Amino acid sequence: MNIGLFIPCYIDQLYPQVGIATLQILERLGLSVTYPTNQTCCGQPMANSGFEHLTKDTSHNFVTNFSDFDYIVCPSGSCTLHIKDHLHDDANPDKAISIRKKTVELTEFLTDIIKVKNLDVHFPHKVGLHQSCHGLRGLGLAQMSELIAPPFSKPENLLSMVKRLELIDLERKDECCGFGGTFCVFEEAVSVKMGQDRVADHTVHGAEYITGVDMSCLMHLDGILRRQKSNVKVIHIAEILNSVTK
Amino acid sequence: MSPQNKTHAELADKFNRDVERVNWHDQTLWFVREKRDKAAHKIAEWEQLREAASQIKNNVLSNLHDYLVEFEQNALRNGIHVHWASNAQEHNEIVHSIIKKHNVAHLVKSKSMLTEECGLNEYLHQQGVEVVDTDLGERIIQLANEPPSHIVMPCIHWKKEEIGELFHQHLGTPKGNADPQFLTAAARAHLREHFLTSRVALTGVNFGIAETGEFIVCTNEGNADLGVQLADVHIACMGIEKIIPKRNHLSVFLRLLARSATGQPITTYSSHFQKPREGQEMHIVLVDNGRSERLASDDFRNALKCIRCGACFNTCPVYRRSGGHSYHTAVAGPIGSILAPSFDMKKNADLPFASTLCGSCTNVCPVKIDIHDQLYKWRQVLVKNGHTTASKKVEMNVMSQVLSHPMIYKFSGSVGRWVMRTLPFMVNNKFNPWYKQREMPEASTTSFNSWYQNNRKA
Ligand code: SF4
Repeated sequence: MNIGLFIPCYIDQLYPQVGIATLQILERLGLSVTYPTNQTCCGQPMANSGFEHLTKDTSHNFVTNFSDFDYIVCPSGSCTLHIKDHLHDDANPDKAISIRKKTVELTEFLTDIIKVKNLDVHFPHKVGLHQSCHGLRGLGLAQMSELIAPPFSKPENLLSMVKRLELIDLERKDECCGFGGTFCVFEEAVSVKMGQDRVADHTVHGAEYITGVDMSCLMHLDGILRRQKSNVKVIHIAEILNSVTK
Repeated sequence: MSPQNKTHAELADKFNRDVERVNWHDQTLWFVREKRDKAAHKIAEWEQLREAASQIKNNVLSNLHDYLVEFEQNALRNGIHVHWASNAQEHNEIVHSIIKKHNVAHLVKSKSMLTEECGLNEYLHQQGVEVVDTDLGERIIQLANEPPSHIVMPCIHWKKEEIGELFHQHLGTPKGNADPQFLTAAARAHLREHFLTSRVALTGVNFGIAETGEFIVCTNEGNADLGVQLADVHIACMGIEKIIPKRNHLSVFLRLLARSATGQPITTYSSHFQKPREGQEMHIVLVDNGRSERLASDDFRNALKCIRCGACFNTCPVYRRSGGHSYHTAVAGPIGSILAPSFDMKKNADLPFASTLCGSCTNVCPVKIDIHDQLYKWRQVLVKNGHTTASKKVEMNVMSQVLSHPMIYKFSGSVGRWVMRTLPFMVNNKFNPWYKQREMPEASTTSFNSWYQNNRKA
């Protein structure tokens, strides 16, 4: 199985440790993973702002980099969803469609494709799981509270395999954090209030760490936590799943 | 933008200055969302009901013309007068002409978002006709001279103490009395007067049934019935999308409507009106007002399925923390944000951006309207039509340049983490809205790309 590693632009630039953790998890599973070094971004920041028409070249670059893999794995629900819903390439329409189908978010990949049953990792902390909306409602990584349907959660299931990790309960287990791409600056007041409320739900319930499948939401929550001088930290789920027992 | 030319973001910013109030507003509406969840969980076939409702409405929208003609024929046969209004102005004129014929100066009205959309109260006021809203919530905001902030709970932004004060001023209740039961009784006594003296009563319509020509009005207070039963003339105003084909289909919608709206199993009153009683005159005004234009649009047609339950408001994390008035339209919230731009693109260009696209609305909606996808599509339409700022255009163009050229991307990365400069929310200065209440991400010393080249590439 030939895996292409898609590392979203802001993870590449600001959170390389998340990319490294993702790569190491996949390598430990014995998979052959390649990171195409000319990749940039999925185009979502422009498209969600109403500028989808400006994403043509970015999308073309994406297709050029990723057409040769069996799966494309990405440690972000939001960027994965954007590729799955919107990737177009006029020069290679078929390749774009095939990439849409082959792009998989990390926890989904581990659960559904690799069918991971146990992990030799430990993380002795109280952890709150922030369910990022695009992963939750867009990719269906877990059951959303709006639907009347049986519960399941791929990220939670993986976290339950982590030794000594204690997952805390939340009051509102899948409310949006208010990041929303450029929403976070154009609607600053509401964005911050949403983030503060999410943070409060985690801290009241004793979280030491807030984790999730999207570093963008976590970056927003981290900005609020640090401004509040809180001891609570954010950590991407890949970093927890890569906490190898020494 | 609002009459004061304020955007949703600006009005929401103002709303958020009173943190305690925002918390109260958020919790009040979240409580309603939780009630909805409890009610829905009691129905094992909830998701099938939603699917059935969605498909019935899809069928209606694909055959709207035929159902409307069938509805009209049956209504006429039942002795109802049927009027057609192509826009808000015509609707208002038709209603006024009926009132004029009966030579009355006031009428009672029961909840109708459509008349709100058409600005009927204001129009009639200019013609010297006084409209008294008889739903408690509607009456409260009417006394306060405010538009509704929610389609089901129009005065949800008012605290009971404030209502006590308002009633003290307008209805002479004792100062400081904020007991909900007492205030409701006071409103009832005050409204009874109007019920008894109004010869014309106006209602909205929740569902019109093509096969029988009857229409259904759902209320909790019974005020629609009281008004209509006491009046000589009943005028019902109905958007053309409110049609359903058969009486049988009604059960699907009645099971969904109140549960989605407030968590009740059903509205207290679901009144069927099929023919005028002896000596009464009954009118239906069928209103288009932009609906057939929307019907022609593949991307946005689906919004016509809305049954106005308000569930998308209660679930929306942005609505709960910005209040209905920040949307500066008759219908606020997520559904308002996809309806309003088609009425006035320029004035409402901000609304599709008043969302994180979290998708909660779409999944709570009892008729499965793809609300958050339509928000995304409206953003594209608005930008293409020039409803964006010059600075945003520049930012987006720069971003597009960097992201489509791996060499520029890597180079700008290496000289200082390009995201910090390129993404509009990453500029580290006091003018940056990110930084106002959040710390910046800490700059990383390396990118993943260069780490990979150093550690993995042969
Ligand atoms: S869009 Fe759906 S959830 Fe919102 S008011 Fe209409 S029917 Fe209810």
